[in-house]
Amino acid sequence: MTQPIRRPKRKNPVLPMRLPVLPPGTRSRVGLGLTAAAAEGRFALQVCGACAAVQYPPREACHQCLGDELTWREQDGAGELISQTQLHTSHDTFFRQRMPWRLGMVKLDAGPTLVVHLHGDVGSAPARVKVGARLDKAGMAVLVGFPDRDVPHMADDTQLREFTCDPKYRKALVTDGKTAVGQAQVRALVDAGADLVWVGHAEPWKKLPGLAELRELPQVSLVPLDVTDGRSVKELAGEIGAKVDILVNNVEVHRAHGIASRYGTDIARAEMEVNYLGLLRLAQEFGPVMRGRGADGQSSAVAWVNLLSIFALTNFPTHGTYSASKAAALSLAQCLRAEMRPAGLRVINVFPGPIEDEWNQLLPPPKLAPAALARAVIGALRDGVEDVYPGDVAQEWLARFRESPKVLERELAGG
Amino acid sequence: MSARQGYAGVAVAVPVTVPYVRYSTRSAHWFIARALAALLQESGLRKEEVDGMCVSGFLLFPDTAVGLMQHLGVTPRWLDHIPMGGACGVVALRRAARAVQAGDAEIVACVAGDTNHVDSFRHTIASFSQFARDAVYPYGSGGPNASFAFLTDYFMRTTGATREDFGKLCVAQRANALRFPYALFKKPLTLAEYLAARPIAEPLHLFDCVMPCAGAEAFLVMSESRARALALPFARLLGTIERHNAFPEDAIQMRGGWALDRDALYEQAGVGPGDMDLVELYDDYPVITAMQLEDLGFCPRGAVLELLRSNTFTVDGTLPLNTSGGQLSVGQAGAAGGYLGMVECLRQLTDRALGAQVPGARHGLVSGFGMINYDRGLCSGAAVLAAGAA
Ligand SMILES: [Zn+2]
Repeated sequence: MTQPIRRPKRKNPVLPMRLPVLPPGTRSRVGLGLTAAAAEGRFALQVCGACAAVQYPPREACHQCLGDELTWREQDGAGELISQTQLHTSHDTFFRQRMPWRLGMVKLDAGPTLVVHLHGDVGSAPARVKVGARLDKAGMAVLVGFPDRDVPHMADDTQLREFTCDPKYRKALVTDGKTAVGQAQVRALVDAGADLVWVGHAEPWKKLPGLAELRELPQVSLVPLDVTDGRSVKELAGEIGAKVDILVNNVEVHRAHGIASRYGTDIARAEMEVNYLGLLRLAQEFGPVMRGRGADGQSSAVAWVNLLSIFALTNFPTHGTYSASKAAALSLAQCLRAEMRPAGLRVINVFPGPIEDEWNQLLPPPKLAPAALARAVIGALRDGVEDVYPGDVAQEWLARFRESPKVLERELAGG
Repeated sequence: MSARQGYAGVAVAVPVTVPYVRYSTRSAHWFIARALAALLQESGLRKEEVDGMCVSGFLLFPDTAVGLMQHLGVTPRWLDHIPMGGACGVVALRRAARAVQAGDAEIVACVAGDTNHVDSFRHTIASFSQFARDAVYPYGSGGPNASFAFLTDYFMRTTGATREDFGKLCVAQRANALRFPYALFKKPLTLAEYLAARPIAEPLHLFDCVMPCAGAEAFLVMSESRARALALPFARLLGTIERHNAFPEDAIQMRGGWALDRDALYEQAGVGPGDMDLVELYDDYPVITAMQLEDLGFCPRGAVLELLRSNTFTVDGTLPLNTSGGQLSVGQAGAAGGYLGMVECLRQLTDRALGAQVPGARHGLVSGFGMINYDRGLCSGAAVLAAGAA
């Protein structure tokens, strides 16, 4: 039975901080297919197009018929634990620091035998398990054997917590608390067990709806933050940067304009100033100190969440300059991800479709409610995924984008 | 299937060992060079007279056997490089015997050697294979200990084997090793000590696991007439088998290729398991020894526990097994681990054991097992040898 984790003790500042060490991060090119699916929270294996045999480990040719049409397809993960071990020694520093470590060998109902990290609540072999894919601290996919039914405190399993960014007992910064999206995010983090949520607001002198209620929550602390002002970002990072475990960058400027509907660059500049340069300023001030805390005990710095938009994938002309700023932010977020990975920090990009807010008033439903978006972010943190596309619109755009970016571009140009 | 040609006229001779050390700053090339020099010294042959070479070594990289020929200044007309880990000794013998029979080479030097730097074992297992890199090493990086822990856990659960059963094998091998000069383990081991050892990868504990080290093993293959002309004691080769990726449909390894090929082995050899005076089984972990006893027909399927419990495995026991101590008590010098049993068997069959001699040994069986590519060992092999004078 997983013991619920306890609130970590105050750190002894005299003790040396553990330096970030990553588990083995090398994979073959074909092996990265597992990571590509796990980054979106899916467990996929190669399946042969000719004979339907399921393959593992990843390979270039079907082990049954030698066919080379191997397609990554989602698996239900049902299988049986046939053997297990508890490791007490390892050749790798990351695991040596975390001994003992439980592993299993699972015969998947779909065919292949898998070596998996084994959740503590899976009984001794033989036992039914459900295998899922997770990203490890190196940002690479690994397989985890879970109990086939949910059990209490499942997320608190010490091994599993190495793969996830669960907000429980962690400290988070939400960069903008003035919007409904920001306020829903703060509440969701508190509900998920976050110890402390700092909430940025750019204009502390203004009384904004909802902020007073947030301030009532004992876990919430309002802090001044204007991401267009380098000094403001630097000051806040100096004050709380060394304590932030999860940074949710949700601040954005969104106007519904294309090129022709708004002459000049003022709106586009304001969008870029916040959506792109704001992210850059935050990354430069908070990035280094969070990287330094990538292995800081049970509640180390774990994740950086960017609120992007499904419009970052392809331009939505009636929100044309906004789309461009989100595309720029997506590109920068990929750079941030590459720089955070050596410290074991996850960068989570969130690509919602239109949100129920004032700038999407003219768009038809369905639109994503702020609370649903906030829940999706919590889910992404708990599962440790990299990319999340919450809501029906985002899912459909993603599917169409994957099918043909060109067709989607033409469809969107039609309005 | 047409009947396989036998190995009549082939002599296996000149077993040599480059003494094992726990760590070495030398390279694999050095150990292989020392082994070749020892072969020449023991046989009285000149370097030019060895016209075939068969080489194995994990840590030769980036070289292969080819580069090694220039390194050693030899010009063979027949060369093989066998990257099959623990199966390389049996397979080298098979290849070399056919080369000699066919006349492609007159005298083949079979050599396996490896070094062991403080960090080389970690590098070896981290880059062992594509499957291991993708699907094993990121899971705790336990190396072969973790892989064999799975097989041992399954074997114990399905057969009812206990740690005492494995301990019996390990304790007997240690007793054999105490009389073998090259064994790195020089202290007696009791069953109580075996059981009390610290866990490594449960159910494996310290004395279930081989210790990586540096060293080399080698032997010569030539015609019987050549061996007689050189006045070299030799063994004859009666039969061999090899198999790769046997039983891929088994969800976990509970048998090896031996189970598929053992009838062919004994048919070719003309003798059976009951005729063996000594048995040298590949033993990186005791579970594999137990598995092979069953696969190679020393007991009926499903009766391995009875076999383990009703026999003694020391040199003076009812079933002399791994008579120099095996890898578990001598050490595992990389690819040379695949030669240890072969070289020991040659010494026993030529009445030149360095440790305890099995009196009047006439028939010996040597096995090989190698390459945990992903979840199981892929290469298996075995050879039956007979004393040359028989
Ligand atoms: Zn196929």
